[in-house]
Parts: sequence; structure tokens; C-alpha cells
Amino acid sequence: MLELLKEPWPWYVSGPIIGISIPILLIIGNKMLGISSSLRHTCAAVAPFNIQFLKYNWKSEMWNMFFVAGIFLGGFVGGVLLNNGEAVKISESTVNDIKAMGINSFDGLVPSDIFNWDTLFSIKGILIMVLGGIMIGFGSRYAGGCTSGHAIMGISSLQWPSLVAVIFFFIGGLLMTHVIAPFIYQL
Amino acid sequence: MKNIKFLLVGVLFGTVLTKTEAVSWFRIQEMFRFQSFHMYGIIGSAIAVGMLSIWLIKKFKVKAINGEEIEIADKQFSKGQIIGGTIFGMGWALSGACPGPLYALVGAGYATILIVILSALFGTWLYSYLKPKLPH
Repeated sequence: MLELLKEPWPWYVSGPIIGISIPILLIIGNKMLGISSSLRHTCAAVAPFNIQFLKYNWKSEMWNMFFVAGIFLGGFVGGVLLNNGEAVKISESTVNDIKAMGINSFDGLVPSDIFNWDTLFSIKGILIMVLGGIMIGFGSRYAGGCTSGHAIMGISSLQWPSLVAVIFFFIGGLLMTHVIAPFIYQL
Repeated sequence: MKNIKFLLVGVLFGTVLTKTEAVSWFRIQEMFRFQSFHMYGIIGSAIAVGMLSIWLIKKFKVKAINGEEIEIADKQFSKGQIIGGTIFGMGWALSGACPGPLYALVGAGYATILIVILSALFGTWLYSYLKPKLPH
């Protein structure tokens, strides 16, 4: 059983479990699935600086902080305790495209030749880790949600603004992957 | 502690995201190149199950365990879904992760991802600061 759990979980197992977290959160606490809100609550708690958007009772949203703390622990369970030490089995064509970006480490969940402390202190590393992160935080709050709140929760509850958001997530993602990122990763 | 139950749902959520490799930079590259069905299968089946669950909750007027009516707030449309959505998508593809996977990756031991999270916090703060000046 443990060996089976250590294998990568197929989409038809993981997708439905992710989906079922929607009714679980609604039933146990009347809460809507959303992850990027935790970034706003953290800002409201540590650096509100009289900013209107950060003046609200973040303490009443503590459930969300517990939820993301759980995701962090889940990363330890899935990525350390249940780690089988094998590389992510992406398609052959993706491997070739990634090699063409100058990346050669395929072990682990992220490429270690990019995500390391030495690379962080280079233009490439700053763009990928710092600028990328800023865009994730800025963009998700501007859009009112991220993959969980819009793509999964929003579309599941038939909210058309969420569908619009997801379409633009993909437009941005495709633009980055095919037009801009090739230059950044070659730096 | 009334919040422990949310921590437990988070553990399940994070474990699943990690074991199905949705947290992987490699899978995001593959997804934005349309070279595998994997990520689309995850997101699509999650939406299908979510949609069915919400339909059932509404049809049978299921209540939350504390007896409250279940409320699903409407998402308001603004230009943010277009402009912010595009910026978010670009960041997602550049760093190779969205917020849930970022937390899970740190738990899995990828320490440099903390820098991405701190940057995302700064991005969120920057949006909050600039919000009155941005088109909505």
C-alpha cells in the first residue's frame, strides 16, 4: 500500500480529491476554496500601513492561514515522506524543449540548476524567482483569485468572471512560455 | 481549536498536489506546451467534481455542520480579471508554480521557493497599495 502511495498519483485520482475539497470546506465551515487570499491576510497582518485594501479583520480569516499551513505540511508528506526519488515523468517533447532552454537537471520537482541560491543572485534568478513571484502575487490579487479560487472554485460554481480570469491566466502563461521565457532562461 | 479541521483539509490538499506533481515546474512547462493531458485532467476532473458537489448542495439545500445556509459569494467582474489575470498567468509560467504549489514546495524542502513566496507577498502588497490608481 505504501509503495503504491509513493508512485505518482494519476490525474483521475488527484483531480477528484482536489474537487471534493470544495464541498468539504463548504460543509465544515461555509468557506470557499481559495489560496492567494492568504497572501493578502499576511500583508494585512504584518504591513497594513493604512492601506484601505488591507484594513479589514484578517483575524476572522484565520481558517485560510490554517488551510495553507496544511498545504505546506502536505508538501512535506507528499514530497518527503512519500517521495519515491524518481524524476517527474514528463513527455519526451517537453524534455527536449526544456533541454533547449539550457536546463539539464531533471531530478526533483523543480530544476535544481535554476532554483538554487547561486542562481538567485543573478539576473536570471531574480527574474524567475523574484519578478515571477511579484507577478503571481500582484496578478492574483488584481484578478481576485488564482488557480484555486477562480479555475477550480469559480468555474465549479458557474461564475463567468472566473472563466474570464482563467482564459487570461492562459493567455499570460502562453505568452510567457512561448515568447518571453525562452529569452529569460537563456540569460 | 476550531481551525484544526482546515489544517487537515490543507494537508490532504497539499499531499495530493505534490504526489500528482501539480506542484512541479516541469508539469507546468508541459501544460503550457500542450504536451500532456495530465494537468488538464487534474483541473478538469477537479472542476467536474466541484460542480457536481455544488449542484447537489444547492439541490438538497445541504447546510454547513454549524447549521448555517451554505453561501457562495458571487465573484464580481472587473478589468482585473483581464489585466491581473494576464499578469498572474505570466508569473505562473515564469516561476512554474501558483500559490498552492508554492506552499507545498517549501514543505517538500525546496528552500529557494521561499523567495518566490516573499516576492508574491510583496506583489500582493504592491497591488493593495496601487489599487486606487489601477483600472478596475
